[in-house]
Amino acid sequence: MSDHVTEIVVFTALFLAVSGMGFVAARWRRPDDLLSLHEWGLGGRSFGAWITWFLIGGDLYTAYTFVAVPALLFGAGAAGFFALPYTVITYPIVFLVMIRLWSVSHVHGLVTPADFVRLRFGSPTLALLVAITGIVATMPYIALQLVGIEAVLKTMGVSGSGLLSDLPLIIAFVILAAYTYQSGLRAPALIAFVKDILIYLVILVAVVYIPARLGGWPAIFGDAQAKFAATPAPGDGVLLNANNQLQYVTLALGSALALFLYPHSVTGVLASRNRDVIKRNMSALPAYSLLLALIALLGYMAIAAGVKPIGTDVNTVVPQLFDRMFPDWFAGVAFAAVGIGALVPAAIMSIAAANLFTRNIYREYVNRDATDVQEAKVSKLVSLVVKVGAVLFILLIDPQFSIDLQLIGGVIILQTLPSVALGLFTRWFHRGGLIAGWVAGMGAGLAMLYVIENPATKHAHFGGSAFPLAKLGLDTRMTVYAGFLALIVNLVVAALATLAARALGAPDGPDGTRPDQYTADEGDPRVKDLDLSSST
Amino acid sequence: MTTREPGRPRTDRSPWNWLLVVPIVLPLLTFLFNSDEPRLLGFPLFYWLQIAFIAVGVTCTTIVYRMTK
Repeated sequence: MSDHVTEIVVFTALFLAVSGMGFVAARWRRPDDLLSLHEWGLGGRSFGAWITWFLIGGDLYTAYTFVAVPALLFGAGAAGFFALPYTVITYPIVFLVMIRLWSVSHVHGLVTPADFVRLRFGSPTLALLVAITGIVATMPYIALQLVGIEAVLKTMGVSGSGLLSDLPLIIAFVILAAYTYQSGLRAPALIAFVKDILIYLVILVAVVYIPARLGGWPAIFGDAQAKFAATPAPGDGVLLNANNQLQYVTLALGSALALFLYPHSVTGVLASRNRDVIKRNMSALPAYSLLLALIALLGYMAIAAGVKPIGTDVNTVVPQLFDRMFPDWFAGVAFAAVGIGALVPAAIMSIAAANLFTRNIYREYVNRDATDVQEAKVSKLVSLVVKVGAVLFILLIDPQFSIDLQLIGGVIILQTLPSVALGLFTRWFHRGGLIAGWVAGMGAGLAMLYVIENPATKHAHFGGSAFPLAKLGLDTRMTVYAGFLALIVNLVVAALATLAARALGAPDGPDGTRPDQYTADEGDPRVKDLDLSSST
Repeated sequence: MTTREPGRPRTDRSPWNWLLVVPIVLPLLTFLFNSDEPRLLGFPLFYWLQIAFIAVGVTCTTIVYRMTK
């Protein structure tokens, strides 16, 4: 631990400075009253292009991304680079989708994707399924942010085993919980500025300085190639092979489709001021993808530098690389960037999960006449509960389990695509069809994930997201992203069940929206009555 | 595209939107980039071309944004 004093001091100082900002954020762009979900949970729905860029960027490109994506390249090579095409294609895909969601949410005062489903399909059950899916998919994601902080703490030698060694992690999360409780979405929005500037600084220095010390890019790629050639695993290498190309493409596409279905992404979008802010951001956000590509390549730099993960935790390779390559003070800055990078998404995710609970469970099933103040109070409390849950996840359960759960999270959140994303464009689906599709997609997805084994981590089940087509009886070694297949099952069942429901004359729910509401913009008239049940 | 005739509802429809298909499809065509050569600045094609697709994405979304503003 004594070798790391400078790093620990720099890390702690930056971490505390940023936490202070989190508390002050409540006064930033201060509204008359912070006690409503529009203020606490969506920052007043007033963020302009710059704030939104930092907020959504800080939200989507998480600390976990920064440690896990390079760890993937470190372990498997080219297959891990899927994160790049994934974040390139997601923006053009959602370009026209998110502006419609923003408009209809603006008109009706909607806060969550499940709110929209409730209004559009008139089905509390379907909305409940979407809300639960969102909460379940988000929880392990929050836990994973802790994995990022933990990897940094391990490298600095302040984490080990036993409860006392987890104390720094617990303190970090208590601070996070406290300022999220107080300041709501304003806290991560303000912190995101610092986080992103730190990350950009660290990565730009890293991609210039480290390759120079390792003998240049050709040497780095050469070392990576040599490493993969020496391993017995057939799937790794600096290029894709015949069997993992389909997985690469379907995983990139499936993840891209899933990204903006996550409640925390929707929260970021709905917090923006108008449609123009969203459109402009869809063309400006890919700047982060460039950063992500460079971060991913840190995995190869770690190979070239001869970094060995601490224990079996490959997530420590990037912190280890920084520790070895940078002077102590700058390694401290780099660690702080990862640590603070965890705080922004963790805060937004817990707010998003809390909003889902409040709007679609509490308001729907517990207190139908909840006032704005009551909603905000419930959300604030739930955001605490969610974070405690995430900490317990990490402390009590093997971190690997959170990583598996996050994989599952991506697969299950995709199952809300027909009702949320397609629902923005068409009312063709019957609410019963969408429920049937959700059940089928969820079942198929979980069944596929269950039978995927991973010899490397000694998992007999839930060993990854690459589903071998051989399991369907096909004579091939090709794999495909399980979430993608599950989505196809979902869509087919939803369509067939819709036709069946129409043929049987099953009653469909009322649509509480009008076509022109999907193109409404700032300044257009809004439905003043925020009560979903009476707005239809 | 930028002008809205009075009395007609706002619409997101525009032929420019088709440009969005390009950055969605290109990064999914592995045969375009799954190769070591030609290298650029020491980067295998696989890496530099996929990084270059970011620029394609930014260009296309920016054009669509400008033309449909």
